[in-house]
Amino acid sequence: MPSDDGLGRARSVASRPRVPVAMQRQTRRDWPATLGLLAPAYGVLLIAVFLPLAVMAFFSFLKQAPFGGRPLVFTLEHYLAFVNRPYLIDVAWRSISLGLWTTGLSIAIGLPAALALARATRGRARETIFILIILPFWSNGLVRVFSWTMVLRDGGIIDAGLRWLLPSLPPLGLLYSFPAMVVGLVHAYLPYMILTCYLSILAIDDKIVEAAASLGARSFTIFRTIVLPLALPGVMSGAVLIFVPVIGSFMEPRILGGKVGVTMGTVIEDQFVQGFNWPLGSALSFTMLAVVLVLLGAFSRVPRPRPTA
Amino acid sequence: MRIELDRRRFGQFVGGAAAATLVSSAMVPGLARAAGETITVLNWQGYGTDEEWALKAFTQKTGIKVVHDYFNSESEMVTKLQTNPGAYDVVLVNSARTSQLGADLLDPIDLVKIPNARDLTPALKNHPNFMIGGKPYGCVWVWGITGLGVRQGKVAQGASLAVLTDPVFVNRAAMNDDPIVAIGIGALMSGQDINAPKDLKRVGEKLRDIKKNIRLLWQSEVEWNKAFAADQIDVSVFWSGAAIRSRQNSKLPVEFIMPREGALGWIDTLTIPKTSKNKDAALAFINYMIDPDFYYEWSTKIGAPASANAAAMAKLSDDDLNKVVHKAEYLGKLQIHGPLSDATRAAFVDLWEETKAFYAK
Repeated sequence: MPSDDGLGRARSVASRPRVPVAMQRQTRRDWPATLGLLAPAYGVLLIAVFLPLAVMAFFSFLKQAPFGGRPLVFTLEHYLAFVNRPYLIDVAWRSISLGLWTTGLSIAIGLPAALALARATRGRARETIFILIILPFWSNGLVRVFSWTMVLRDGGIIDAGLRWLLPSLPPLGLLYSFPAMVVGLVHAYLPYMILTCYLSILAIDDKIVEAAASLGARSFTIFRTIVLPLALPGVMSGAVLIFVPVIGSFMEPRILGGKVGVTMGTVIEDQFVQGFNWPLGSALSFTMLAVVLVLLGAFSRVPRPRPTA
Repeated sequence: MRIELDRRRFGQFVGGAAAATLVSSAMVPGLARAAGETITVLNWQGYGTDEEWALKAFTQKTGIKVVHDYFNSESEMVTKLQTNPGAYDVVLVNSARTSQLGADLLDPIDLVKIPNARDLTPALKNHPNFMIGGKPYGCVWVWGITGLGVRQGKVAQGASLAVLTDPVFVNRAAMNDDPIVAIGIGALMSGQDINAPKDLKRVGEKLRDIKKNIRLLWQSEVEWNKAFAADQIDVSVFWSGAAIRSRQNSKLPVEFIMPREGALGWIDTLTIPKTSKNKDAALAFINYMIDPDFYYEWSTKIGAPASANAAAMAKLSDDDLNKVVHKAEYLGKLQIHGPLSDATRAAFVDLWEETKAFYAK
């Protein structure tokens, strides 16, 4: 197939390393400068991320939080939580399916938006649309979620609007449901997907698309065989950026999910806030981290465009 | 515990501060020598002790200045008390926590030195929650009930907690999303001790029975008021003080019901840390805090839980909602939240999480 041929060649043009040898040598000589530039970032990460995580990891092996003069007793029992508490498997599955739905919908909405942004707009129009997309990031997350309750609740904007059209409608019960949580989460995380997809689509060389078009490929074929594979790294990083925090989310499920909103996030939050059981909360967090890493490992096996020599 | 979250929110619910300067309250000459000192009070914000008008009146009366420090959770209170010896003179302690602080951090209180203590309700004055070695480690201040808040006319007074499972209220009931309260309610429904239920399985069964009716698991008063105002719930496990505020401030048709099986109760005390350097002034302040005149202003103008001082409750008019809801005879029907061991608390949280996961299915 001619278009496949074209794609193969195009790929090799797009992804061949172009760093001159001289520059590589220079980089090697400048390593103290590089180190100096990286040090502040890694210093902050060390103090702000690694240390607290290390403390939490330590806590997760304790029988009880060592506050108020309680003795240090080590145990592995908190890591058996899923064995001792079978209901957690249901809860974990709800969290994971929440993550899958949110990520899936974000791809379905975000990828076309990024495509339109990168391919069909220029100059001021692009800037305006760009700002409209990141606008939700400028407002407080809690405010966003509460505004969704105004929209979704019985007698809220959607319910009242539909009732105005069809007065005999039974109550919709949109709020406090699984879809309500997904809606709130998609709203919160969609910009990540659009931004990562936008960047990878922007990096696609116009010439490749033109070449495909000149060889007779139609829009859909170009999208399927050129744009989508080349945008895949963006989709994947967007998916990771969304999937991981959604699995641990607790605010949106609590407020939009009501009694359905029992997720790993809320269970862990309760262990810290209500139960004062930091060890169990930490162990559950690390268990979920392990689950996420396994899932991501599985994801990363998805074929991605390889440079062809 | 969420009960305290509620009480912390007082300040947000009340309207403008009561400008009223307080009618004179008899301070004892023996305490007057504390004049000129400054005491530091550790409490939830907006919980009685920091009412501006009251502090002004107190300082005028005694010459003692009062400054405040606040905590946002009980564990924060414990930490502050442990790590700042000498910093505090009066600390609000939920009596369920007294034994945890114990004689190491607190001083026993000689109630004879607090003149107003003579009128303290006998059932509360020496409650076992804060007695250590036969001495009270705190002066009981206020108390409240967690019972049923219902839509007026839907449930009769003296109803059973079983209304929570009544098919009439399918999808019309609410529960407090707090493990200590939820397990307590389950224990009451299965006729057990709320602080040490022997058969947790039965408690879990009782709580699972509510599933069909549960519409809402609420954590804050605002959340509850919104659901009730939107006509989503009819019966709910609710706080007595919150029910009064919903009725008086939000004009909602809420009625508070003392269930036939009894209800959950809590007691807050004012304590003096062992390391306080102004103990006489602290006693004078506690005396003022249980004074009927202060309480009358606080309850009628701002909104307060029930006073532990019988004379203060007597000062309220008979149709005052606070007095109607917090009848003295109810005290005998309450099971008061007491100290919980770490293991018990963990078991309560576990059972409640399991129940919530069951509700979510």
